[in-house]
Amino acid sequence: MATRKTYERPIIKKLESNMPNKFGMRTIYEPVTHIEGNAVKDLIKSYGSPLFVISEKKIRKNYRNARQAFETRYPLVQFAWSYKTNYLDAVCNIFHQEGSWAEVVSGFEYDKAIRNGVEGSKIIFNGPDKSESDLRKAVTNNSLIHIDHLDELYLLQDIARNSGQRPKVAIRVNMDTGVHPMWDRFGFNYENGQAWDALNKILFSGLMDLVGLHTHIGTFMLSPSAYAVAASKLAHLAQSVLTKYNHEIKYIDMGGGFASKNTLKGSYLPGTDISPSIDDFAEAITSALMNSDYRPKNPPLLIIESGRALIDDAAWLLGTVLANKRLSDGRRSTILDVGVNILFTAFWYDHKITPAQSFTSYTEDTALYGPLCMNIDVVRESINMPLLNKDDQVVIHHVGAYNMTQWMQFITLRPKVVLIDEQDKVHVIRNNETMDTITGMEAVPAHLVHFDL
Amino acid sequence: MKVKSNIAVSDNGFVFNPGSGESYTVNPVGLEMLNLLRKGHTHQQIIASIQEQYVAETATIERDLHDFLEMMRQYRLMQHDDE
Repeated sequence: MATRKTYERPIIKKLESNMPNKFGMRTIYEPVTHIEGNAVKDLIKSYGSPLFVISEKKIRKNYRNARQAFETRYPLVQFAWSYKTNYLDAVCNIFHQEGSWAEVVSGFEYDKAIRNGVEGSKIIFNGPDKSESDLRKAVTNNSLIHIDHLDELYLLQDIARNSGQRPKVAIRVNMDTGVHPMWDRFGFNYENGQAWDALNKILFSGLMDLVGLHTHIGTFMLSPSAYAVAASKLAHLAQSVLTKYNHEIKYIDMGGGFASKNTLKGSYLPGTDISPSIDDFAEAITSALMNSDYRPKNPPLLIIESGRALIDDAAWLLGTVLANKRLSDGRRSTILDVGVNILFTAFWYDHKITPAQSFTSYTEDTALYGPLCMNIDVVRESINMPLLNKDDQVVIHHVGAYNMTQWMQFITLRPKVVLIDEQDKVHVIRNNETMDTITGMEAVPAHLVHFDL
Repeated sequence: MKVKSNIAVSDNGFVFNPGSGESYTVNPVGLEMLNLLRKGHTHQQIIASIQEQYVAETATIERDLHDFLEMMRQYRLMQHDDE
């Protein structure tokens, strides 16, 4: 009997010679069968599906590239790892080993950084929600407190007055950098004088050490020139402080928000083609600082809080095909075991998705759905995919930022996260949740324990 | 339902409907199914024939054949038996 051939499900595809459709052209040519020497099928077999996979090698490479981009252009640079982007301890510690301080935005994140062993003076405390006890702790630990609003400023003054300690503070400044939308809900505005008023209040009070100026102009910024505008405005504020109070600002913190190589929904071109490189951002920021009118005796430290651009492409999400269906209009739909519950960024990005096994040249316009019983659980609304069968595996790219902090525990449990170290060895860095993870926090009042059906 | 009699199918999977002027491509399994349908084979015969040549479960082939027929119907490449 002749050898039987590999089966591929039958497709018939209409040839279109008119305008390109929303599914776009075929973009996937090779399967991703291995991630850093580990077979995708083995990873799923050992650790389950779905599975987050993070590369230590890639994180370190991204960090070193970014540091080099800034350090070759400016004499004093310090990175601070943005905990909210990915606060798995193992991930944070890779950045701390590389020399990153911690940038936190809540009491929870602050405690996590302390627990990881970060010195208090190397924690930058941002965010609008800092409780009195959070602030007391941060003051005692000599952390860098970035004041978001006047209520916080007055509270810190009270703490300083009552405790006799001198908080080390900066203010967060929001401003018009020429990009829309302008982020003006955090910090004090530059253009209307709020920021200058806040600085005067701090310096007049004499209760706090004004050590820095901070801004964070937006998220997934595609325009390096906006950072140049922001750096110039912060430098101008610093010079105003120097002129009026003879007080040197020790650091300028440019925040983060650098775009990664992901593709934003609605973008005509892929992120890999249009996102600026880290060198573009470094050039814009450092040139603006060097050319500014700020003339202190010692140049200020430049702090960068980049998160997404350093980790997005260092993580993958592996998943499995649950089923194929045909929608009412004839479109193919494929259901994956990965949904928006663990791939939150599917709301913002058209993630690159690659089969993990070989495929032919035939493709089909496909909608990729997650496993949730919600209409909004869409991983890709329209993608030109090779033909996938039930139980086939897929690799979702660039998932390192925000997914492991914004994921939801909706109708199912969150999966394992593994780290592939520099020797390609796999470590579980977050276990999958179990029923006990959820029910362990619940309590049923005695009168609700029993029922008859 | 059967495949429209005027549909032209090339050996390498190019399908042309002279009635509408529209063209289509089919992959090798699709081509095999289409040719067997045009010869008037029953669904059971087609499934058996595909299974002889390819590594696949009967249920998988049956499900995919029905999906393929549905797409053929949507593209108006099928006609009623009495037409």
